[in-house]
Amino acid sequence: MEILVCVKWVPDTAENEIEVNRDGSDIERDDLVYSVNEWDNYAVEEAIQICDKVGGNVTVVTVGDEETEEVLRREMAMGADNGLLLHDDAFDGSDGRGIATVLKAAVQKGQYDLILTGAQADDGAAQVGGMLAAMLDYPYASLVNKIEVDGDTLKVGREIEGGNQEMNAIAMPCVLSIQTGINEPRYVGIRGIRKVASVEIPQQGVDTLGIDAAMVGAIGARVKRLDYFVPDLGEGAEMLEGSNEEIIAKLIELLKAKGGLK
Amino acid sequence: MADIYVYITHKNGVADDSALELLAAAHKIDASAAVTAIVTGSGADLDKVADALAASYPKVLKFNQVALAYPNAEVVRKLLVNILPANAVVLVPHDTFGMDLSPGLSIKLDSTFVADVVDIEALDGSDLKLIRQEYAGMVSTHISADIAKGAVINVRPGSFAPDESQSASGSVEDKSVDDSDLKVQRTFLEVVEAEMGDVDITKSDVLVSIGRGIEDEENIEIADDLAEALGAVVSCSRPIVDAKWLEKSRQVGTSGKTVKPKVYIACGISGSFQHMGGIKGSPFIVAINKNIKAPIFQVADVGIEADILDFLPEMTEAIKAM
Repeated sequence: MEILVCVKWVPDTAENEIEVNRDGSDIERDDLVYSVNEWDNYAVEEAIQICDKVGGNVTVVTVGDEETEEVLRREMAMGADNGLLLHDDAFDGSDGRGIATVLKAAVQKGQYDLILTGAQADDGAAQVGGMLAAMLDYPYASLVNKIEVDGDTLKVGREIEGGNQEMNAIAMPCVLSIQTGINEPRYVGIRGIRKVASVEIPQQGVDTLGIDAAMVGAIGARVKRLDYFVPDLGEGAEMLEGSNEEIIAKLIELLKAKGGLK
Repeated sequence: MADIYVYITHKNGVADDSALELLAAAHKIDASAAVTAIVTGSGADLDKVADALAASYPKVLKFNQVALAYPNAEVVRKLLVNILPANAVVLVPHDTFGMDLSPGLSIKLDSTFVADVVDIEALDGSDLKLIRQEYAGMVSTHISADIAKGAVINVRPGSFAPDESQSASGSVEDKSVDDSDLKVQRTFLEVVEAEMGDVDITKSDVLVSIGRGIEDEENIEIADDLAEALGAVVSCSRPIVDAKWLEKSRQVGTSGKTVKPKVYIACGISGSFQHMGGIKGSPFIVAINKNIKAPIFQVADVGIEADILDFLPEMTEAIKAM
């Protein structure tokens, strides 16, 4: 099976306090720790496990630049066979539709049976997979937490409300967005990353992909981010201050009053 | 201004809470808009939902067909593409169904998609200004969406106060499309219900709930110790279940259990909206987190800026010494 996994290099929300920069035009990017979008790691792991079972190749693709290309190397260190960087200045400022437009062109240059994305990334929109599927006229399932291969069909579980799982049969080729917890992504050591550090990663841009530049980037975007801000949400929590001993004494009194401690 | 449509999700003959929240959201786009509800399904439950909606929506379009008995987003998308007029504005709840349906719907309608909207500010011509959150809710952003060609807008559940005025006395229109127009490449098979697990966290008055801040599986015992001292039960947020450190039945959130404790002690939990969506009944929330920027501090009653790995054992000792 030929599997394409769409991945993204993102500021790591577990490792950084994300703050707004001085003029509100962006988040503060100095000293940010980046990592593979958490959902994408599960998608790549799933793709590798499928190919281990039924044979095939895993290609990882990202829309980015020479810096964000690192995400491809990380996933190749995990076991993805090929990387593909979609890079062009014309892609800068793309909205979700723009990114999906670029990925669609890349999909049509290849022969993929299955396309995976993470369920969402740093902007929390959870949109590119569904858009890509619609552009390709492929069936789509989101929030997938189980995949079983059955010939040309996949049996997939979707995570729905209440921890329940919605089972579907879906025909290939198709696009699936992968939810965390579907597997346990393998750990990649520094040695694995070194191994792929100098692998040549092919690049494609507007011309080689045959994209109309007016459909992507800031020009093509119908959704634009105007600023970043931290909302004033009223008072928020009453912060308990003092030594741990003092804080615990106060907290115990509060818990007693609220029925948390008898 | 184009027509505004709201897609209604429902279960067991009752519309989801989002039905009236999205009505409020629609009126925030255009206070004078005649908003149309679209409800799909089959059988008597659907009739009940549609009739109830007519109290709030001037027009309810009801699609009663076997192919729509289960809300398979692939089928519903085909239906909506068939029936919606050009340049329609469609509101959908940003839940596991809306996330499945909407991005592709916007492409098929050639309209603009905005995901997970938490507020709507103003419509100026075809420029709609909205608010979203990014980076796990740590920052917000103003969005400008060009809706000249229509829009599909996914609205975060719980972010708009429901419009309970019931001032519409509207009508229900029975609609249908050819089943052959609803053929898709994805077939719904069944819903597998969540397993019950060893402990029922929904029954406990006090929950000691752990998140990423616990850092390691071995550290879970400090939460167990505190829970034991308090007579509480340990629950958790999603990353703990993803790491397979606790069973899924311990997870609080929209994709886990909905709990209604008296006291909720959130330990090393950032407080994503999916997590908070699983906490009902306005419990007293204590947040302990070493990251002062964690969104949990905006919704908690009491906050403590501390590393739970140090703080929880000290608290356990103090309670035991009482």
